[in-house]
Amino acid sequence: MNSKINPISLWKAVDIQTIVIYLFLVIVGWLTVFSASYNYDSAVLFDLNSTAGKQLIWIAVSLVTAFFILLIDAKFYYYLSYNGYIIVMFLLLLTLLIAPEIKGSRSWLVFGPFSIQPAEFAKFITALTLARYLSDYGFNTRHPGSIAILFALLLIPMGLIFLQKESGTALVFLAFLLVFFREGMSGVLLFAGACFLSYFVLGLRFGEQTLWEHTSLGNFSVLLLIALVVSGLLLRYHKKDNKAWLVVLLGNVLPVMAALIWNRFTKWGFDIALLQLALLGLSVVYALYQSIRHNSRNPALIALFAVLSVAFLYGIDYTFDRVLQPHQQTRILVLLGTMDDPSGVGYNINQAKISIGSGGFWGKGFLNGTQTKLKYVPEQDTDFIFCTIGEEFGFAGSVFLLLVYGYLLVRLIFMADRQHFAFARIYGYCVASLLFVHLLVNVGMVLGLMPVIGIPLPFLSYGGSALLGFTILLFIFLRLDADNMRRH
Amino acid sequence: MRSSTTDYENRGRILILIIVGVIFIFIVRLAYLQLFSEEYDKYADSNALFKKTIYPERGVIYDRNGKLMVYNQAFYDIMVTPREMQGLDTLEFCSTLKIDRAFFEKRMTDIRNRRLNPGYSSYTPQLFMSQLSVEAYGPLQEKLYRFPGFSITNRSLRRYSRPIASHALGYVAEVNRKDIEEDNYYTLGDYSGRSGIEKMYENVLRGEKGVEVLLRDVHGRIKGSYNEGKRDLPPVPGKDLTLSLDMDLQEYGEKLMENKRGAIVAIEPKTGEILAYVSAPSYDPSLLVGSTWVQHYMELESSPHKIFLNRPIQSFYPPGSTIKPAQGLIFLQENIISPSTKFACYGGYFFARQKLGCHSHPSPLNLLDAISASCNAYFAAAYRSMIDHPQYSSVQEAYEHWRRLICSMGFGSRLGVDLPYEQSGLIPTTDYYNGIYGQRGWRGATIISNGIGQGEVLATPLQMANYCAVICNKGWYITPHIVRQVHGMEADTSTIKKHVSGIDPEHFEPIIEGMRGAVTSPMGTSKGVSIPGIEVCGKTGTAENPGVDHSIFICFAPKDDPQICMLVFIENGGFGATWAVPMASLMLEKYLKGSIAPGRKWMETRLLNANLMNVELKD
Repeated sequence: MNSKINPISLWKAVDIQTIVIYLFLVIVGWLTVFSASYNYDSAVLFDLNSTAGKQLIWIAVSLVTAFFILLIDAKFYYYLSYNGYIIVMFLLLLTLLIAPEIKGSRSWLVFGPFSIQPAEFAKFITALTLARYLSDYGFNTRHPGSIAILFALLLIPMGLIFLQKESGTALVFLAFLLVFFREGMSGVLLFAGACFLSYFVLGLRFGEQTLWEHTSLGNFSVLLLIALVVSGLLLRYHKKDNKAWLVVLLGNVLPVMAALIWNRFTKWGFDIALLQLALLGLSVVYALYQSIRHNSRNPALIALFAVLSVAFLYGIDYTFDRVLQPHQQTRILVLLGTMDDPSGVGYNINQAKISIGSGGFWGKGFLNGTQTKLKYVPEQDTDFIFCTIGEEFGFAGSVFLLLVYGYLLVRLIFMADRQHFAFARIYGYCVASLLFVHLLVNVGMVLGLMPVIGIPLPFLSYGGSALLGFTILLFIFLRLDADNMRRH
Repeated sequence: MRSSTTDYENRGRILILIIVGVIFIFIVRLAYLQLFSEEYDKYADSNALFKKTIYPERGVIYDRNGKLMVYNQAFYDIMVTPREMQGLDTLEFCSTLKIDRAFFEKRMTDIRNRRLNPGYSSYTPQLFMSQLSVEAYGPLQEKLYRFPGFSITNRSLRRYSRPIASHALGYVAEVNRKDIEEDNYYTLGDYSGRSGIEKMYENVLRGEKGVEVLLRDVHGRIKGSYNEGKRDLPPVPGKDLTLSLDMDLQEYGEKLMENKRGAIVAIEPKTGEILAYVSAPSYDPSLLVGSTWVQHYMELESSPHKIFLNRPIQSFYPPGSTIKPAQGLIFLQENIISPSTKFACYGGYFFARQKLGCHSHPSPLNLLDAISASCNAYFAAAYRSMIDHPQYSSVQEAYEHWRRLICSMGFGSRLGVDLPYEQSGLIPTTDYYNGIYGQRGWRGATIISNGIGQGEVLATPLQMANYCAVICNKGWYITPHIVRQVHGMEADTSTIKKHVSGIDPEHFEPIIEGMRGAVTSPMGTSKGVSIPGIEVCGKTGTAENPGVDHSIFICFAPKDDPQICMLVFIENGGFGATWAVPMASLMLEKYLKGSIAPGRKWMETRLLNANLMNVELKD
């Protein structure tokens, strides 16, 4: 890297907005943790043995670390990535072998009164590694070997963490797929992921209900969706002016509508899903024909997609029953509303919703959250910290916090895009994506929109390793960005 | 390593879009939860708020002279929450409570034993000791803060200044499921009146529960008051009652009735207020208070003498000769006889090849003397003559007239006294007799026993005392009642009413004289009731019974402007004169004069020593 670094002081170049937001979030987090662990009996703000006190220590450690991170030259991080990666993977392996089992998972290394979670450090080190790998050698998205290695770099930490039985933390790594997408990975993967997720949700949610007794509502809606998606894909990706998409659309929808009327008004009902399958089969054949006729690859791929979708639909049950663990099944069913689990997982969600919901517009005031103070929400200083904010600061406070987060994320992306070097840009996207997915899952879970997956809310949740990990994650990028600013 | 910025910069924008979209969805969801859904507030409340019921003081009960009869006493239960007992100085606790260590240990073991204590949970308060007295409460309360896990709840139990009037007062015990279903004021563990006045006036005596809103954490521990008590509701104490009973008279009556079965009902004629309400055998109302009441109840109930039978309103007997004054009134009203009409009596009444017996007395007698001497023949003949009288178109019509008049004096239906479970007695309808004998199958001779108060006619002691009041008032009565006043409430005029009988006032003159004659005349059957200085009127009766007959007596005094009328009924007492009359006499004297004259003390002693409980069984 030949760069002339402008001797303007580092401190003037560092992005002050990000630092302000960071400090704001950390302080709010600390106060909220204090409130969440607040006891009617002991009200000591600075007791170092209490949760809030410990958080304060970790805040201090993080601030000191942040300071040093900013001082260290950017090149260091670049060279740190691969070596650091190996070290952290080793730590993860070590944790897997020797960590004590806490609440069903082995993810903590304990040193006396303090414990650390290597998984939190795996987040930023993987980000650095992926950023370096993607920016080196003019990496080619079309070269299958490179892609394989790329995915391996992603999947190794995921796998190790998954083996630690921290499936939530492992899933967060999928955030990096967003980065791949940004860097040129075909959006098909994401799109397919979204489709399959919809099939999954629809199939489970409505699987048990029927349309006039003969047709499973779940199957019906998913097959209909597949038909619509296929015709949409044909419209988008097949030749312009070609009406194949319209043929598929009408060919699938019109007979089905007739079948609906038939089923409703006559007494010879039948399973409409069978009709839909037949029609989709015809559509696949038609698409293949289009492919041969126009010598184009796309329709064939679309046909493949249709086949995979149908296979997926009928494989959902199998997946759900055999692959997922019972508690995971429960969480999903509770989320979808098909199952009530008032004393188990459903309890968490209920209490969280009650807690937030009772906040009203202005909230009950700092330290006044009854649900929080009286410990109705479990894990309320870690995973469910947003509840406390919802209860004590109400709609106004919650929305404000979300907007602050949103601004941070958007700003990070903006900062990433202005990077001169790909490494910095990619790393910036990694930071934004990771933080975003944490926000998405954590707040989504607390609001009852996502299944219960235990991951922290960055900078707010109580937890030293997490806070330190996120701080390092963020400040490395701030240093990279500061250098970037000084280059111009 | 230059970045290719433009190639995929659009994708960066897409990511921004996704982020904004997600945040927007979250905001909408927050709005739904926090602004548009009220239920979460309520759930939060039911989570975190504990509404502690504060029980009001139950109304106390006074007698007619303002003397306290029933009141409340606070008892304290000691509760323990085992999980919070850490750091307890057991020694100090035991010494404060004045129990020994062994007792403490045993108590804790018993509490934890799920067979003995099925509802056990180490998180919720368990009963450690109950009904601590006020004396023991004081020192414990002072030091309570030193004993973690222990708390005191207070309960209020009924106390009686004298062990009397248990049938009238009733008792208070825990509600059962049916009560809770019918009135959702009650919850499990509440108390309500189960019988007597306590039951009848439950809604007034119980007051209104108050509410203290407290904060409660997820383990159920109380953490303090909510909102500084702004949502608390103070309890409303129950209203007190003043009864019409005279406590001294009541106590005296119960004492006289000891070892006997029967009833005494005394009424103040002008007001319908019940002065004494005695049902024997009786029991100490304190036995049905507190945790041992069930056991006592079972013991009392198992007695063959039917202790819980509320005799004044629940037992009914043929009134016997006491009905004769009423018959006389009816015959006069219907012009069947006049006061000077005489009927002959030959030691009995002969009719249709049957004889209705009578005791010896001069013959023939007019109405007045027939009452004094209690002549069966007179009334049998007059009754028969009424039923068969040509002034009516049929036997049925005649009977209807008779029935209407007798019922207007309070017989045959519930009087509406303010006690539960009142019986109505029986005056058969024409349909009844038609049913047995056929429309043309009966006449005066068939039902002649009614004439002298035997036959199918049945009356409760209260009805008999009440009809005596009709005589006192010369033609009307006020609904008899035990509660004179509910403090703080207007008198309820809908239930206490004046009832006018169908008998004109002028007919009462000879009847009253006849009843006076029963006391003064040489052939009078009630001579024993006479009290020096007071004009007493009375009528004896003997209710036939397999075994020894029952002894009945109605009376009132003074003759002009009666202050008290009374019915005394003694099961298996034999002739009215033997036991019922002297008892009535003493009661009247007690009420009107305040005490028994020394010269008559012997009567009192005789009565107190009499034991008639097992007479029936001996025969």
